[in-house]
Amino acid sequence: MGDRTFRTNEKKAAAVATTSRDGPDLQDALSWYRQMVIARRFEEETERAFRRGKIGGYLHVYSGQEAVAAGFLAEIRPDDIFFTSYRDHAHALFRGSPPGAVMAELFGKAAGLARGKGGSMHLFDVPRGFYGGYGIVGGHIPLAVGAAYALRYRGGDQVCLCFMGDGAINSGAFHESMNLAGLWGHAGLCPLVVIVENNQFAMGTSLAQSSAITELARRFDAYAIPAERVDGMDFFEVRAAARRAVAQARGAGRPVAVEALTYRFSGHGAADVFQPYRTKDEIEQARRRDPIASLEARLREAGLLDDSRVSAILDEAEAIVQDAVRFAEESEAPAPDALTTDVYGDGA
Amino acid sequence: MPELSYRDAIRSTLIEEMDRDTAVVLLGEDIGQYQGTFRITADLLNRYGPTRVIDTPISELGFVGAAIGMAMLGLRPVVEMMTWNFSLLAYDQIVNNAAKIRYFSGGQVNAPLVIRGPNGAGVQLSAQHSQSLEAIYAHVPGLHVVVPATPAEAKGLLRTAIRGTDPVIYLEHAALYAMKGDVPDGDFRLPFGRAEVVRHGRDVTIVAYSRMLHVALEAAETLAAEGIEAEVINPRTLRPLDRTTMVESVSRTHRAVVVQEQWLPFGAAAELAASITEGAFDLLDAPVERVGGADVPLPYARNLELLALPHAEDIVRAARRTLYRETPAAGGRSDA
Repeated sequence: MGDRTFRTNEKKAAAVATTSRDGPDLQDALSWYRQMVIARRFEEETERAFRRGKIGGYLHVYSGQEAVAAGFLAEIRPDDIFFTSYRDHAHALFRGSPPGAVMAELFGKAAGLARGKGGSMHLFDVPRGFYGGYGIVGGHIPLAVGAAYALRYRGGDQVCLCFMGDGAINSGAFHESMNLAGLWGHAGLCPLVVIVENNQFAMGTSLAQSSAITELARRFDAYAIPAERVDGMDFFEVRAAARRAVAQARGAGRPVAVEALTYRFSGHGAADVFQPYRTKDEIEQARRRDPIASLEARLREAGLLDDSRVSAILDEAEAIVQDAVRFAEESEAPAPDALTTDVYGDGA
Repeated sequence: MPELSYRDAIRSTLIEEMDRDTAVVLLGEDIGQYQGTFRITADLLNRYGPTRVIDTPISELGFVGAAIGMAMLGLRPVVEMMTWNFSLLAYDQIVNNAAKIRYFSGGQVNAPLVIRGPNGAGVQLSAQHSQSLEAIYAHVPGLHVVVPATPAEAKGLLRTAIRGTDPVIYLEHAALYAMKGDVPDGDFRLPFGRAEVVRHGRDVTIVAYSRMLHVALEAAETLAAEGIEAEVINPRTLRPLDRTTMVESVSRTHRAVVVQEQWLPFGAAAELAASITEGAFDLLDAPVERVGGADVPLPYARNLELLALPHAEDIVRAARRTLYRETPAAGGRSDA
């Protein structure tokens, strides 16, 4: 394991520590801290496996953004569903997909979450309500709107989460979908929560260069969708916003949006080595706001973590990730006949 | 067996399927209050209400994508594309999501939706509203592409489409909506991938679909008067494509003409011709002839539009060429 300590912004941690939280929330936060540590360690390992040639294609890692997916997935029920883009590994892990099956998918193995047919960008775990990672920026947004409609049409009170990046906000798909969501929300038929994971860059193009307004929550005003902006590096803040948004969407069957300000520590994808669009100093500054470190500081303050417990969690994460790699390495490649299955069903 | 128009065959199938299964919902532009541009959905808003007959804004990408999401969650959306020309705005959703979700999810989800609407030319709508886009959909694995030519096919193929498990591109022809024909009663369905031999003959096989089937049948009458007996085959679906029936026919006639309404380069007729050549090369007594439209954007002026589209006479001449009773066209095509 490379970096065993997560650096934090002391002032920020102190501010969080003075906010009153109830006990059960903190206990639960401790379990999410553990999951975020596992996800971070998992992503570090995927980058290594990519360099070793074990993972092909594209690889987009989530390091730095963990509090966003964790905060939202902590607030939905097992029968709720979600969609996301191609930066999707942590979402699967947080929802309980076996790390071995996630890693096996990245390794292109039959035991992978999508039988080795989707790869890093197309993780799916439908029994757990994960309706997929998608590779065309913005292309999954209308799917989530229709899925939300279907949930309500069928009479349940489930919600659908739609994670998207800041880059997707300029796509026509976003605007057409939000207009539909707003319209269907008027009729109480769109229990959708849109989460804009604003990590400041659409690939290598900064938000200021790509969006005429940089406060992305305001984009939702045009579609009668209430939206708020939160610090996406702060698990508690994200989680509180998620709780409000999910309750509203579930209760009224109307869409709600949250813009989470976050930052990715790695390149856009594994091929983005030099990152000429940002400075090392900027990354360093962002790392001082590491969401895992700030959550850790908060849990230390509350007496739920100390050095030995942190060390035990790191060791456990290491073991889980190494098991996942071993499972992926030892799994079989898809059989040749898998090439032509899953193109059509039996119906027609 | 009642007689129905092509339009009423589609409409009555929608009603029967909506009555049968509440998972069937309709989406599209002006399908409700306006009653549908071609009145396929007339009175359906009144019958089923706005949660099942969904008038959408003008945003093909958005509502096709939403319909895919609905299908993934177990609904059976039937999307009306006001004309297939507008589907290009939703092409990413159809090709990158609907066609591939089953595959890249490793079989965990499917998208059983039907997208239907008029395709093709003939009523002076000029370049942006007259295209025949079957080839760009039939090119894509994961989609079914259906091209009904008669009221009975319209009903039988639509029912199969709605009850299927995969996305279906259902291409109507605006010039056929008023056509009448006998339609079997009850739970009538036509399987995909099964061509029909519409007319039997021993001298030359003509393969044509959608409106061109009727043009081919007209050509067959003319040929019969000359003593040439044409066998006319209607594939009914382009994907899956019934290669067997075509090859079996050509192995008897030894000659083939394949027909499509518009641009020949990389088009459906090329696939039909290749299938015949691959399956019956040794049995062919002449090169397979392709008949299609002019390789230009569709013009507005009536005389130019007529020049741009194939007519029975073009099929007759092509059939004669396969029998060496007509000299090849001089100079080749403008796109050659």
